[in-house]
Amino acid sequence: MNVRVLFLMCWLPFAAQAQGFAGLGTQVDGFSIPQPAPAFDFPADHGPHNDYRIEWWYLTANLKGADGTDYGLQWTLFRSALAPEAGAGWAAPQLWMGHAAVTTPDDHYVSERLARGGIGQAGVTTAPFTAWIDDWELAGDWNTLQMRASGPEFAYDMQLTAQGPLVFHGDNGFSVKSAAGQASYYYSQPFFAIEGILQLPDGDIAVTGHAWLDREWSSQPLADNQTGWDWFSLSFDSGAKLMGFRLQQTDGANFTSATWISAEGKTTPYSNGALQAVPLAVNDADVPIRWQVTLPDMGVDVTVAAINDNAWMTTSVPYWEGPVTVSGTHAGIGYLEMTGYE
Amino acid sequence: MTKATLQALLSHWWRNPLQLFTLLAGLALATALWSGVQAVNAEARASYDAAAATLGEGQYDRLVRRDGQPMAQDTYITLRRAGWLVSPVVQGRLNGVRIVGVEPLTAPGGIGPVAPQEGADVARFLSGEGQLFGSSETASRLPELAFVITPEAAPGTAVTDIGVAQRLLDRQGQIDTLIVLPGQPMGQPPLADIAPDLARQPAQGGSDIARLTDSFHLNLTAFGLLSFAVGIFIVNGAIGLAFEQRRPVVRTLRALGVPLRSLVVLMVAELMFFALMAGGVGVALGYVIAALLLPDVAATLQGLYGADVSGTLQLRPVWWLSALAIALGGTAIAASGALYQLAQMPLLAAAQPRALAMAAGRRARFQGIVAFALLCVAGILMITAKGLIGGFALLATLLIGAALALPLVLDRLLAGLSRLARSVTAQWFWADTRQQLPGLSLALMALLLAMAANIGVSTMVSSFRLTFTDFLDQRLASELYVQVEDTTQLAALVDFASPRTDAILPIQSAEVTIAGQTTQVFGPRDHATYRDNWVFLETAAAAWDTTFADETILINEQLARRSGLSIGDVVQVQGRDFPIAGVYGDYGNPIGQAVIGEDIFARLFPDVIPQRFGLRMDPAAVPGFVEELENRAGIPATQSVDQARIKAISLAIFERTFTVTTALNVLTLAVAGFAILMSLLTLATMRVPQLAPAWAMGMTRRQIGRLELMRAMMLAILTAIVALPLGLALAWALLAVVNVAAFGWKLPMYLFPLDYARLGLFALLAAALAALWPARRLARTPPADLLKVFSNER
Repeated sequence: MNVRVLFLMCWLPFAAQAQGFAGLGTQVDGFSIPQPAPAFDFPADHGPHNDYRIEWWYLTANLKGADGTDYGLQWTLFRSALAPEAGAGWAAPQLWMGHAAVTTPDDHYVSERLARGGIGQAGVTTAPFTAWIDDWELAGDWNTLQMRASGPEFAYDMQLTAQGPLVFHGDNGFSVKSAAGQASYYYSQPFFAIEGILQLPDGDIAVTGHAWLDREWSSQPLADNQTGWDWFSLSFDSGAKLMGFRLQQTDGANFTSATWISAEGKTTPYSNGALQAVPLAVNDADVPIRWQVTLPDMGVDVTVAAINDNAWMTTSVPYWEGPVTVSGTHAGIGYLEMTGYE
Repeated sequence: MTKATLQALLSHWWRNPLQLFTLLAGLALATALWSGVQAVNAEARASYDAAAATLGEGQYDRLVRRDGQPMAQDTYITLRRAGWLVSPVVQGRLNGVRIVGVEPLTAPGGIGPVAPQEGADVARFLSGEGQLFGSSETASRLPELAFVITPEAAPGTAVTDIGVAQRLLDRQGQIDTLIVLPGQPMGQPPLADIAPDLARQPAQGGSDIARLTDSFHLNLTAFGLLSFAVGIFIVNGAIGLAFEQRRPVVRTLRALGVPLRSLVVLMVAELMFFALMAGGVGVALGYVIAALLLPDVAATLQGLYGADVSGTLQLRPVWWLSALAIALGGTAIAASGALYQLAQMPLLAAAQPRALAMAAGRRARFQGIVAFALLCVAGILMITAKGLIGGFALLATLLIGAALALPLVLDRLLAGLSRLARSVTAQWFWADTRQQLPGLSLALMALLLAMAANIGVSTMVSSFRLTFTDFLDQRLASELYVQVEDTTQLAALVDFASPRTDAILPIQSAEVTIAGQTTQVFGPRDHATYRDNWVFLETAAAAWDTTFADETILINEQLARRSGLSIGDVVQVQGRDFPIAGVYGDYGNPIGQAVIGEDIFARLFPDVIPQRFGLRMDPAAVPGFVEELENRAGIPATQSVDQARIKAISLAIFERTFTVTTALNVLTLAVAGFAILMSLLTLATMRVPQLAPAWAMGMTRRQIGRLELMRAMMLAILTAIVALPLGLALAWALLAVVNVAAFGWKLPMYLFPLDYARLGLFALLAAALAALWPARRLARTPPADLLKVFSNER
């Protein structure tokens, strides 16, 4: 144990090991709270909202190599504030954490970076848009983006091109997370075409595929009794997409939410109960890696299966994040994130 | 009934307070010695572990500016943005406290102050308000700052956030060092492209000196264990006697219907209570011993290791709990035999108190067989023992075997001496001495162990010192060492130093694999520095000549031992064959090392450019030279190391080591002397019937008293004679078996006859002092008591 772990334990809310992901439900102090019926202002809202406690730029991608092999890719930048201000220098109260991963059918490579805000090591600017931590970077005008990251055993350099509009979850971007009304601001760009090079221990691999970028910020997105979540982003062969999440509660009940996204980007939000997600099988570590996901209103009844069962993120706070295949009433691909399973 | 039984059992101690005192004092002293030594060890270790952990000192590669100046904070950002995983450190002194500023989010694990604890306020730590981690002593020197007190902090050091440190030290925007983290990402650009003014300093990978201090600790531990063994002999004696004398009570109690089980349970409980009490006193005494010794040990290690070791003691649960545990364990071992006998005793067996001497005959034979067997095992182990466990088994069998054999050896010696006796008094003296031997044997065993331990440990420490002195002479022979960064500096150094020094000795090395072992190969210049100073363990004729003629290779002991190489064997370096011409001692080095000629080195490793140089010159000229080197040749003073000064400090340290050793010597001897005193006092009352006839036949009580004193001293001398070879065997086992197993090198053994003679005198003195009071008491036995012996005779 050292001070670094101490910091993580006490502060980084999503790294709150002692209390797991339930840390997201702790009280806020001086921070702004998301309000219904938001009016977004771009490109400013692509940048950081320092008066909110946590925020992320979260990109996942389903990729294919020339030989048809499936790959998954993750690029994430988290912001966590100690106080609701930007600040400057070492004393700036903004902390940054980056997670990058590449998943192959057999391997899962993970890297994590931590940085203080205020000294230039990590941050997000809007003109032009650049999100970075160390040498990891996501930059461009949101129609096209360049993205790179590296770890001891992997590196990637990707180009993204938007092929559809931004989509807003919940009530026009106001996404309710619990019956008690906890919420976050949440929008996505799920229509990125992506191509680039994966550098892996066995050599470079040219890949192409689809990427999904999530933007979310809040100060207290979870209720006290919520301990983790299962999040699905599914892209069907028809061109339609489905975002759904299931929040686990200490009383054994769940809170679900979903957004149906048509191939043109038209959204249909669904509140608690419309989406059902049931685990079908678990891996060696008791983490579900096959799910039955249903959304009867859209005639969806699919099985979601991990491409690599062991896509465990060995980061400060571990979680599962990896590419999936979708079969059943709708076929497709997607990404699955599961927290609260330590 | 339990209460009545307990009262009956305890009444024994009321009637024999001296025995109780012996038991408690013996155990307390044994525990004190053990825990004292442990405390010193634990404290010193914790102290420099903390120092090492503060900055992961030596664990990681570092980036520093070539000119030794601080770098700008922007350099850190530039490196991070280029994919270099580095963590910034800024250091400075404030009010005598070393302030270390770290960046907790990027620092590698194992760095930074300490475990999270009460009082740590992360908001304060990060937010610029400031929170420092340090010991209470450090905190007291900076009263105006917010401290989290932690005993694990390195002495005189306060660790805080880099932003806070920059503010406290008024060094905003500056960084001294960048720690290079393990696990750098793929596709990282070279350092020279991003920050050409930075140089990478490799990790030290286990300091040489740290290994020597490890050896020192191991030996202290062995000393502690031996001291405890001495104490256990005393306790064993006291418990054995008490059980022997309590047999009638036990028989009576059992006849009255007390179950054997509850008797045994009560006696165990009684003993454990005594053990805890004495152990507690022992821990307290040990604390005092440690507190007295620690400043010297701290100074020793500070010199050896170069890091602060706090001179103040902390009560660490590790050592006081282990001391209590070992007191309980020791008592259990000492009592188990006696309790077993008690449990086996037939209910109606004769209950007369049998004199120890009466049972001694049967026991002696059994003891002799065990001793012989143990010594045989020790003999075999001496030849075969390889690992650490083997080494300690050798120590144990040797010591216990020798101790058990002592009464037999003494008995034989006395029998021989009695044949030389002419007068009746002399014959009686020898016969009486043999008669007393069983009662004294435990005390004499304790004396034997104490002396053997002293001989063994002082031989080892002195050998260690001599070896280390030689080693320093060998390795730090040059007066000044200079590091250069590039060929420009190299040329400047050679130009500047050539006319001003006696010799410039390049120190260049390359890493290769020889016989499967990672080995550092050196190519030194042919110079008397090497020929005069290096000490070989094994050498062929003209080893230096052939090596400097590029024909042969010299290897260190570690490489020779691990790969089983010796003189004449041929090894390959870069595909070229070299016969081995010599094996040299290389104390403290964890890996293999080899030396070849400078010319052949240059041919085999054309890319290696020497970066370190040893300069031979007048030692007095060194400070001026360093200053001029900086001013005129542009080589900063930070790149020069005045090794002569370091050597002088290191040597002074050993004098302090001796203080510690001497103190421990005196303490163990005191414990053994105490054992003799107690045994004699116990025997004194039993001896009146044996002395009465001698008195009746005309010997004065004064004469009898004088003979008593002489007897004790003579037994001490005989024991000392046995102790000498045992002590030397012990030293040999420590140096040649335990050290090799633990550290991979053998310390040569030197003999110190004067020290042994002095020790013999001390032992004699201890025995004489111990015998003085009992002898005086005997000399003053009222004639009435002596007469009573005859009135009771049937």
